[in-house]
Amino acid sequence: MSAGATTLARMSTLSRDEVARVAALARIDLSDAEVDRLAGELDVIVESIARVNTLDLADVPATSHPLPMTNVFRDDVPTPPLPVAAVLAAAPASEDGKFAVPQILGEE
Amino acid sequence: MPSITRLSADALAQKLRSGEVTSVEATQCHLDRIADVDGKINAFLQVSADDALATARDIDARRAAGETLHPLAGVPIAVKDVVVTKDLETTAGSKILEGWIPPYDATIVERIKVAGLPILGKTNMDEFAMGSSTEHSAYGNTHNPWDLDRIPGGSGGGSAAAVAAFEAPLAIGTDTGGSIRQPGAVTGTVGVKPTYGSVSRYGLIAMASSLDQAGPVTRTVLDSALLHELIGGHDPRDSTSIPDALPSLVDAARQGATMDLTGLRVGVVTELHGDGYQAGVLARFDESLDLLRAMGAQITEVSCPHFPYALDAYYLIMPAEASSNLAKFDGMRYGLRVEPTSGPVTAETVMAATRGIGFGDEVKRRIILGTYALSAGYYDAYYGSAQKVRTLIQRDFADAFAQVDVLVSPTAPTTAFKLNEKLDDPLAMYLNDVATIPANLAGTPGISVPNGLVDGLPSGFQILAPAKADDRLYRVGAALEAALEKQWGHPLIADVPELV
Repeated sequence: MSAGATTLARMSTLSRDEVARVAALARIDLSDAEVDRLAGELDVIVESIARVNTLDLADVPATSHPLPMTNVFRDDVPTPPLPVAAVLAAAPASEDGKFAVPQILGEE
Repeated sequence: MPSITRLSADALAQKLRSGEVTSVEATQCHLDRIADVDGKINAFLQVSADDALATARDIDARRAAGETLHPLAGVPIAVKDVVVTKDLETTAGSKILEGWIPPYDATIVERIKVAGLPILGKTNMDEFAMGSSTEHSAYGNTHNPWDLDRIPGGSGGGSAAAVAAFEAPLAIGTDTGGSIRQPGAVTGTVGVKPTYGSVSRYGLIAMASSLDQAGPVTRTVLDSALLHELIGGHDPRDSTSIPDALPSLVDAARQGATMDLTGLRVGVVTELHGDGYQAGVLARFDESLDLLRAMGAQITEVSCPHFPYALDAYYLIMPAEASSNLAKFDGMRYGLRVEPTSGPVTAETVMAATRGIGFGDEVKRRIILGTYALSAGYYDAYYGSAQKVRTLIQRDFADAFAQVDVLVSPTAPTTAFKLNEKLDDPLAMYLNDVATIPANLAGTPGISVPNGLVDGLPSGFQILAPAKADDRLYRVGAALEAALEKQWGHPLIADVPELV
C-alpha cells in the first residue's frame, strides 16, 4: 500500500466523536443511537467517495459551476415587497410586525 | 373515445381546442381518477380541486369568448412539492415545512398559471429531493403503479407515479442527480432534465444549486417538449438563468416522430454499460440501439473514462451544497420550531432541536456528510478534489461530443426494486443514479424514454446531448418512441395495471 493510500484510509475513518462534532457544527441534535448509526453509515460512504483522490488531480482546475456565466446587474427599480402580514403568517411566532425569536446573545 | 385520463396532453389539448371536451370535464376526470386510485399510489401530498376547477372554468369561458390561448391551456398538471405554490401548502416532503403556505409562486408555477393549466395538486417526493425511491418522504411511500410493492423511483416518485397512473397527463419534476429521469425509467414514463439554467429555479427549494434543474414529466416525448417550452426561457429573478433562446423542442419532437435519423451519430457510453446493470435492462437497451440503427443512426462506442468517479464527486459536491442551502431551516422565520427539552433556550439550541426533530434520516446524513466535507482539514481532500473531478467529467463530455451528436445509456441500472429493499443501505441506494449523475455535474441535458419491460417492469433509455442542444433529446427520443410503438402496436404505458 502506498503512503497516499494509507493517508486516505486513515482519513476515511469517521468516528462517533467526529460525527457528534460535525452534527454540532451543522446545528442538528442527534440521539446517541443516531450518532452510532450515522458513524457506521458515513464511514462506509466516506471510504467510497474518497476514491476521488486516487486520480491525479495536480494540474486539473476546479469547477464550481456547470456553465460559464458572468454576473450581471439589473437596474435598481423599487417594486412592492411581499406584505408583512403575508410573510409573518408563516412564522412560528411574531410580535409587533416582526419575527419573535429566542434569545440570540448570551447573558452576561 | 378513450377515457379522457388516458389521452396524451397533446391529444387532450386538441380536443379542448375543438370543443369536444371542456377543461372542467378534463379536470374533473383527473380529480375522479385521483380519488379512485391515489389511496393505492400516494402520489399526491395535496389535491387542490377547487383551484383546479376554478382555473378550468376560467379557461373554458375565455375559450368560449374566442380568446387565443396557450396550446396547453386547460390541460391539468401536477407539481412536485419542492416547487413553491402561493396559498398551497408546500413541504418538500419534510416535517420541518409541514403546514407551510408560501406567500409567492415559483416562476415556473407563474408560467403554468398564466398559460391556464389547472394545477391538480402537489406530488410526493423524497424529503428535500434527497433519495432515489421516494421512501425518504416524511409523508409515506409512493407506490409504483406497475407493482404496488415496488418503489416509483425518486426523488420525484410522486410526479412519475401520478403520470403513470393516469392521475395527471403532465407533471413538474426536479433533477439534481437523476430525480426526473430515474423515476421516469422505473415507471415507464418520459422525463427530461433540461440544460442547467434553461428552466428557471426561482421558487424551487434548493438542494444543490450547481446541480438542481426543473423539467417535464409526461407519458410522451412530444408532451415533454410542449411542457418544456412552456416552463423554459430566461428569468431575470434566477441569477443562473441562461439568456439564450433554445431551438424549438416541439419541432424537434415532431421531426423525430418521422423516424428518420439518417447521419445521426450516436455514442454508447462504455462506462455506463456492463457490470452493475441488470441483464434484462441491457437487453432492452441493445434492442433500442438496433431500432436507432434501422432509422439511419450510426452507432459507435465512446469512452468517458472519468464517469466511474462521477458518483463519488457527486456525493461530495451535492451534500456540501445541501448543507449550506438547508441552513435556512432554522426555526426562526417559517416552518417548525422546537424548543430543547433541557438547558438554555437560545436561537442556537432551538435551531439544533428543530432540525433534530424536523429533518429525516437521509437529510441528516447528507447535511452531516456535507458539513464534514467542507470542514477545516478536509476541504481540499474532499470538496476540492470533487470539484476537480467535475472538470474531468466535463472534459469527457466535450471529448465525446466532438465525436458524436448524442450519448446513450440505460437510464437506471435496474428496474424498480421492492419497497424497503435498499432503505438500510445508503450506498446501494445511491448507485441507482450512477448513469444520470454525470449530466448534472456537467450541466448537460438528458431524457429518459421508456424502452420496454423486464419481467413486467419498465426500463428506460437515456439520451444525453451537449448543453443548449436539448432539441436533440427530443428528436432522438421521439424517433425511438415511434419505432417502439410501431413494434408493439401501442405505447408501453397502455400495459400499466388498471388499479381499479
